[in-house]
Amino acid sequence: MRLTCTVNGEERIADDVWPGESLLYVLRERLGLPGAKNACEQGECGSCSVYLDGSLVCACLVAAGQAEGRTVVTVEGVAGDVVQRAFLSAGAVQCGFCTPGLVVAVHDLLARNPRPTDPQIREALAGNLCRCTGYEKILDAVRLAASG
Amino acid sequence: MTTVDRRVDAPVTGGVGGSPARPDGVHKVRGEFAFSSDMWAADMLWGTTLRSPHPRARIRGIDLTKALLVPGVYAVLTHEDVPGVKLYGLEIVDQPVLAFDEVRYEGEPVAIVAADHPETARRAAARIAVDYEVLPPIVDAERARDPESPRIHPGGNVLRHVPIRRGEPDTATAEVVVAGEYRVGMQDQAFLGPESGLAVPAEDGGVDLFVATQWLHVDQKQVAACLGLRPEQVRLTLAGVGGAFGAREDLSMQVHACLLAMHTGRPVKMMYGREESFYGHVHRHPATLRYEHGATRDGRLVYVRAEIVLDGGAYASSSTAVCANAATLGIGPYDVPNVAMDAYVVYTNNPPCGAMRGFGAVQACFAYESQMDKLAAALGLDPVEVRVRNALSTGDRMPTGQVVEGPAPVAELLARVRNAPPPPGRGSDIRELPGGVSNTTHGEGVVRGVGYAIGIKNVCFSEGFDDYTTARVRLELVGGEPTALVHTAACEVGQGLVTVQAQIARTELGIERVVVATADTSVGSAGSSSASRQTYMTGGAVKAACEAVRAHLERRLGRTPDGEADVVAALGDGAIEETVEWRHRPTSPLDPVTGQGDAHVQYAFAAHRATVDVDTELGLVRVVEIVTAQDVGKAVNPQAVEGQIHGGTAQGLGLALMEEIQVVDGVVRNPSFTDYLIPTILDMPPMRVDVLELADPHSPYGLRGVGEPPTISSTPAIVAAVRAATGKPLTRVPIRPEHLIQGLRT
Repeated sequence: MRLTCTVNGEERIADDVWPGESLLYVLRERLGLPGAKNACEQGECGSCSVYLDGSLVCACLVAAGQAEGRTVVTVEGVAGDVVQRAFLSAGAVQCGFCTPGLVVAVHDLLARNPRPTDPQIREALAGNLCRCTGYEKILDAVRLAASG
Repeated sequence: MTTVDRRVDAPVTGGVGGSPARPDGVHKVRGEFAFSSDMWAADMLWGTTLRSPHPRARIRGIDLTKALLVPGVYAVLTHEDVPGVKLYGLEIVDQPVLAFDEVRYEGEPVAIVAADHPETARRAAARIAVDYEVLPPIVDAERARDPESPRIHPGGNVLRHVPIRRGEPDTATAEVVVAGEYRVGMQDQAFLGPESGLAVPAEDGGVDLFVATQWLHVDQKQVAACLGLRPEQVRLTLAGVGGAFGAREDLSMQVHACLLAMHTGRPVKMMYGREESFYGHVHRHPATLRYEHGATRDGRLVYVRAEIVLDGGAYASSSTAVCANAATLGIGPYDVPNVAMDAYVVYTNNPPCGAMRGFGAVQACFAYESQMDKLAAALGLDPVEVRVRNALSTGDRMPTGQVVEGPAPVAELLARVRNAPPPPGRGSDIRELPGGVSNTTHGEGVVRGVGYAIGIKNVCFSEGFDDYTTARVRLELVGGEPTALVHTAACEVGQGLVTVQAQIARTELGIERVVVATADTSVGSAGSSSASRQTYMTGGAVKAACEAVRAHLERRLGRTPDGEADVVAALGDGAIEETVEWRHRPTSPLDPVTGQGDAHVQYAFAAHRATVDVDTELGLVRVVEIVTAQDVGKAVNPQAVEGQIHGGTAQGLGLALMEEIQVVDGVVRNPSFTDYLIPTILDMPPMRVDVLELADPHSPYGLRGVGEPPTISSTPAIVAAVRAATGKPLTRVPIRPEHLIQGLRT
């Protein structure tokens, strides 16, 4: 099938999409946007977090066809963001596999709640697994981004 | 800036001791960093693996017909298509590339498929008909030790026995004796980036492999042997690594992707999903540990007698080294005059086990620290005090007879965690109570406890292994400015090794512009990113290569350069390039009967204090705070050191409270992140880190390996805290809710 949607502000068309493909597969393998990651592909880890019509979703749980005519923003579309700079300076990046998903999730959190408390940060990011950092410096990064 | 005269001692920006930005950081936060699963090539095919559903079965036949008929399939291969050695292994070559005759664990690879879409490959693999004669699996490591047990491999089931004898352990007696049996479940490394890579066939009949691994050259050696190629025909380049923690020490998809690429003449990408990843790498060994500690009434240890049985699963992996670590580090950082230790690792039909952060020291630490708490209780002593009274210090001997050289601040680390400010009192936010956002309590039934633990870990490879790293450093003018190119095969797995290499080059050469080349096999081996060894080893090699470059520069100038102008002038005659192979001090094998020998290069220590709240009605635990004190010798990159301590502590918390691969009759029951739980940000408490820098006289900059120690002692500290809160014995990790509920006997 043919899929047409707006990704990071541009209209994109993917042809020969197999209906069983996820939005994550289409982004990564057909549209050249591998920023969203594939750590669990069942909505547990948040590594593939993207915006779909402004809502934070796991792209692995969205069937490609569900994105037809809709607007997607990926980590590549939030470049230059204060969140990204905060992750770098706080040392919140190690292997970096969870980072794109976290950047999008924190971007979403701060848009909704510019001054979150620690418990609010923890609750908002509970769907984003990180295996390297123990989350301490991710909290630092969010606090830093919120203060900036 | 710019002087190569180190006597000037002007601190170069971004050198050793600083925390400069990671060179890969910008790409990572933008989603532009190319992980192994992001590899792509024109005309690329997708590979997939058919795995055994049985933990033990004889293969009577494999019928590929229906798979080959699927449109879009380009190759379906079995063991018959492996052109070279059909087995591989890190230490013992016992694991089939693709199973023949027999499968020995659930998930063992049997056949591989290449197709034009990953789903096509999976569907084709499902149409391969394997005729299995299912056999009863051997899954109990204790029973598998029996010489009468059916054998997993022809040589018998005991893969290694490491005995250690010190003093007179058989006749020693003591006024106070405590004994216990402890169990550790099977933990998974659970890196986030699944096994993946891209194999590209080359015109010379060889293959180029872009892959996430921990040790490029050990992969190269094994892959080349299995493909029947010379090592130089198998060229590996490190693709972005999404975490490792030991799980990338063994081969996974490397040979398979190369086989498919060479058969089809097309690039082949393989990328495991999370379920397959649970089958695609080794795990932490489950263990049963029996300890008896004897002490005087004033709390001095007289003897330790211990037996450790590690379940190695179906293939050897690095089990023999894990067993030696469990044995040699098995009584902890304590000075004990009489020791009898016997550690065994045994083949079973369970999933293969091998390297995971802590590598044998984790299992032992849970047991010996549980014993130290039991001893403290028997003596009526404070648990920290009993540890301090027995604390290892410089000049003491390990049970192997090895003298502990350099700082061994065991007592100080314990004092530091004990004396850290108290944790916060219990708040009213339900997100900070046991059960958290599930809103299971507002404080009723919740009790608090505090626990302590300390651990010991060896750094670098041991037992006489020829452990070295190669580093190539090229100093040249780029745009008129002196620039260093650092090239090693050392694997950046997230820990920050690329940053550290550049920091060392800046400090040693006194320049700011340093580029770290992508790791590949066009330079000599760097050894593995494991055993907490890379800053020591690759750091040491880069330092040595820079020193050689500096000496070369001085020869060219005929004197010590004075300022950047001198360096620029000297480099006007062309680049200076030096390659060195750098080794740590040699180690010795263990005596096979007494276990005596200077087997380790360096010891590292970390201590933890954990504070927990436990809901005793529901058996739920919330860790309130963790304090870690660790001696790192020299914090080459303080921010990365803290990151290692935080992350290692978190993995220890996971083992204490939630992480276990549940294996029933050899079958994994929870191969997903829905059912295998790792700590989320809600599970992790605030962590306070106290870093000591007591220089080791033998290591580069005095540094001590950092990565593993914090994983080792966080588990027993948390369990001790939960015991203190509940009074439950808790002899098994991970703790389950039913172990904690008041009134339930477990």
